[in-house]
Amino acid sequence: MAKRELLLGDEAVALAALHSGISGAYAYPGTPSTELFEFIERQQKKYSVHAKWSANEKVAYEEALGMSYAGKRTIVSMKHVGLNVAADPFMNSGVTGVNGGMVVFIADDPGMHSSQNEQDSRYYAHFNLIPCLEPANQQEAYDMTRLGLELSEEHKVPVMIRVTTRLAHSRADVVTAEPKAQNGIKKVPRGGSFTLLPVNARQLYKKVTEKQPTLKKLAEDSPYNELVLEGKDNKVGIISTGIAHNYVREALGGTIDVPHLRISHYPVPMEKVRQLVDAVDEVRIVEEGAPYVEEMLRGIVAPAGKLIRGKLDGFLPRTGELTPTVVANAMELNPEKRWGATIDPLPKRPPALCPGCPHIDTYKAINEATSAYAQPTVTSDIGCYTLGFYPPLNAIETCVDMGASISMASGAVHAGLFPVLCTIGDSTFAHSGMTGLLGAVRENNNMVVMILDNGTVAMTGTQETMATGDELVNLVKGLGVHPEHVRLMDPLAKNHEASVQLIREEIEYEGLSVIISRRACIQMKRR
Amino acid sequence: MKYDIVLAGVGGQGILTIAYLLDNAAVNKGLRFKQAEVHGMAQRGGAVYSHMRISDEEIISDLIPEGRADMILSVEPLEVQRYLAFLAPEGVVVSNNQTFVNIPDYPDEEAVIDAVLALPNAVLFNARAIAMAHKAPRAQNVATVGAATPFLPFSVEDFEPIIRGLFEKKGEKVVETNLAVLRDAHNAGMFYKKLLDLGVANSTIYCLVRKLVVTSYNPELAPAFAEVLKATPEKATAYLCALEEPVSCDQELVQKLS
Repeated sequence: MAKRELLLGDEAVALAALHSGISGAYAYPGTPSTELFEFIERQQKKYSVHAKWSANEKVAYEEALGMSYAGKRTIVSMKHVGLNVAADPFMNSGVTGVNGGMVVFIADDPGMHSSQNEQDSRYYAHFNLIPCLEPANQQEAYDMTRLGLELSEEHKVPVMIRVTTRLAHSRADVVTAEPKAQNGIKKVPRGGSFTLLPVNARQLYKKVTEKQPTLKKLAEDSPYNELVLEGKDNKVGIISTGIAHNYVREALGGTIDVPHLRISHYPVPMEKVRQLVDAVDEVRIVEEGAPYVEEMLRGIVAPAGKLIRGKLDGFLPRTGELTPTVVANAMELNPEKRWGATIDPLPKRPPALCPGCPHIDTYKAINEATSAYAQPTVTSDIGCYTLGFYPPLNAIETCVDMGASISMASGAVHAGLFPVLCTIGDSTFAHSGMTGLLGAVRENNNMVVMILDNGTVAMTGTQETMATGDELVNLVKGLGVHPEHVRLMDPLAKNHEASVQLIREEIEYEGLSVIISRRACIQMKRR
Repeated sequence: MKYDIVLAGVGGQGILTIAYLLDNAAVNKGLRFKQAEVHGMAQRGGAVYSHMRISDEEIISDLIPEGRADMILSVEPLEVQRYLAFLAPEGVVVSNNQTFVNIPDYPDEEAVIDAVLALPNAVLFNARAIAMAHKAPRAQNVATVGAATPFLPFSVEDFEPIIRGLFEKKGEKVVETNLAVLRDAHNAGMFYKKLLDLGVANSTIYCLVRKLVVTSYNPELAPAFAEVLKATPEKATAYLCALEEPVSCDQELVQKLS
């Protein structure tokens, strides 16, 4: 029975995966991908699927691949920069291929609402020679995920579903289809197809390349790559991809009245692109993210006699998120605008640490403890505590990628800086901080690692963390940090002087110290 | 029919609850909707918004184009400013008048209110006062929806089953409290709307409504108030300004103002 449900884009993908008979879902939280896993986690009993957060995206990916290896269907989800962490298994699973259907869900964040960069994951799919499906709305998110799991299992390749923030976090009604039963166990037979020794990998990689014409044909024939050659004239044609197709339609009042090609199933349907380019004098390319199709079309030697407009010639902005207004502006189709802010300058309201947040007291102690030194260095990481960058705290100076605070601090010590401190949360430490700390232990780097243990993954909505409390202390000691220099701090205003003293002592200790600043997230306490 | 709303506020003020009420009202009426939210970093006390599109036809984009929103519905008066480019030429603004000051450079609060009042179709209401009148500080979101209802393609009755469903588990008393907040806020919005429609200057309306007992707004008296406020606005506002305690919105007050 078809049912109508109100779903975020992320949730539509999650429900489709459940309805496609997945047996397990794997993920590490990251905006805007988090809600997919959370939806499956809430429904795990009903559908009897495995759903437990993973330590990081690489682990999640490998766990999913193991599920697929056993013959069962699975989905692994992460944000775009999470795929960098999982890039090793991702690229190599392109060579092994999959057994049970496997969808890789990637939520890109153009406009950087909650991210460090705007990388476009379609390049990753291209790089790995796998299909990528890019839904334009919640219904397609559902339908294309179901299609993706079928394609994956039939053609033995991982299939990427790429969405961007707007679809991930936008809600609409979705009509669902009949759920499918889970696969039984049907393991890959022994014989080397998942053992990437060079002797096997050479064979397998050749097979991957031989599979490409089939994957290209699928994209060429896909209903999600719709080519319309009729139009009011043949001057201008439009290529739009994924959600950008909606913005083009919105700007044009609902109907595209010129020749156009909509692309939502990759690899790029080259034959359809050629037909469109042949039919018109000027091609306008509107895509959310990087100028991926545009670069392919321009190539090194642009098509003769054709004007190509896109993000590389300033027709559309090269950075930031597309909106219906941005697209309408480019096409000079703007509605009347009458209103604008009358308070000038309009102050920004950036995100801030919650009142009562333990990080505030930790940073106040760090600031005072380091104020006695001419050139203190405080590297940091990814989480709520990154907000310590803003005034009045102005407490940190780096935020690059998960775990980088510790490894960058080591490099800064090697260069001769003193004192060097870093701040990292408990979940980020479990995700990617442990390996950096192991390196710092081996060299006994003269630095202070502050692990801010608030017992949760706070920024993404208080998901379960891997190691907190005594587990975390044991973990740090187990990595080889001298037990006398694994210290606990209680970040409360009334303990400020003691905290400052503690940090100063460890700065003055010549060697590696870890201070665990432990107090529960204020959001958790409120529950 | 299409109705586009930009919901505005500060992370933690609960605009997703407002969106939930509107989403479900649309679905119950068999309408299409799309509602784009902001999650993640921005939710930590930063400016947040949601684009809410309701229509009886296909909705194409999740985001509202600039110059097209039928309403800005804000739980904080400064946040209205951030989204004015989205407002259609004839669009309305419905905003809570309670400022949320969590930034060091927050402008003069009177200037923030005046900037809203300078818009021709703007309604300011006090969500906090309406919720507190029922001893329900958490019902401010319901009050916000109530104040907007006179402009929306929904009636108060459309929201009742949704509010019932949302609070059922907390008991009948909580349900009734929220429904009472909804109705009082609706009356506040309707009273304001009628005075605007009858051509009373917005600054005069605001001067009146903030002196009224928040559970007493009576839209049926709007024509009588409009008459005196237009005939002798200086006298009326002078009288209102001198009031120290809120007064009831009744015929007696109309006579005192004239």
